[in-house]
Amino acid sequence: MSVRVQTEDFDIGAEIVQLRKGNAKIGAIASFIGLVRDINEGDQVSTMTLEHYPGMTEKALEEIVAQAKSRCDIYDALVVHRVGKLLPLDQIVLVVVTSAHRGDAFEACEFLMDYLKTQAPFWKKEATPDGARWVEARESDSAAAARWKR
Amino acid sequence: MIKILYFARIKEALGVGQESIALPTSANDVAALTAWLRQRGAAWQSELGTGKALRVAVNQAMVGMDAAIKDGDEIAYFPPVTGG
Repeated sequence: MSVRVQTEDFDIGAEIVQLRKGNAKIGAIASFIGLVRDINEGDQVSTMTLEHYPGMTEKALEEIVAQAKSRCDIYDALVVHRVGKLLPLDQIVLVVVTSAHRGDAFEACEFLMDYLKTQAPFWKKEATPDGARWVEARESDSAAAARWKR
Repeated sequence: MIKILYFARIKEALGVGQESIALPTSANDVAALTAWLRQRGAAWQSELGTGKALRVAVNQAMVGMDAAIKDGDEIAYFPPVTGG
């Protein structure tokens, strides 16, 4: 299964072992991990809670992986995204891509993250000293996704 | 019947996460259903109004306001997504 939404933490080493298992054609692996920071918009963040749309989230991620596979010459891609209550230092999201050569792996990894940021139904709520607030979508994320349409 | 889901800020502001209602006779597309829901009160007018960025999914795929709606559909309202 190339897409998972879970509350538990993940282990990038174990995920890579699983993804590349037995495939001697793989010459490159690119990965990305997103983390919870302790500061956002100048305010201290004590916790981050991630909500999602069960069912649609998995569909959207699978669709994004399918698009990456049709766009880049890759063997496989894995997306793991956590939901629930997270703390600074915690891992949020993992993307791993396998391919024959590094160019396709790097490109697919970046594409997956850019599209995930704007297409997958997750929402972050962060607790700050002034109270809890929903994280606003960033224009820079929309711009990052839009450049793949060129 | 149609199923309507609300997420994140919108769910909190409206105080409802999901509901099942009979498809209003006037609501043949997302825009019409949204206009119908806005008549429920000030919070609905505000959260589902044009002043705030709003995303809509029909049967778990993101769509525009002109997307058609039929009986049995699952419609979801949510703010722009912020995962990753």
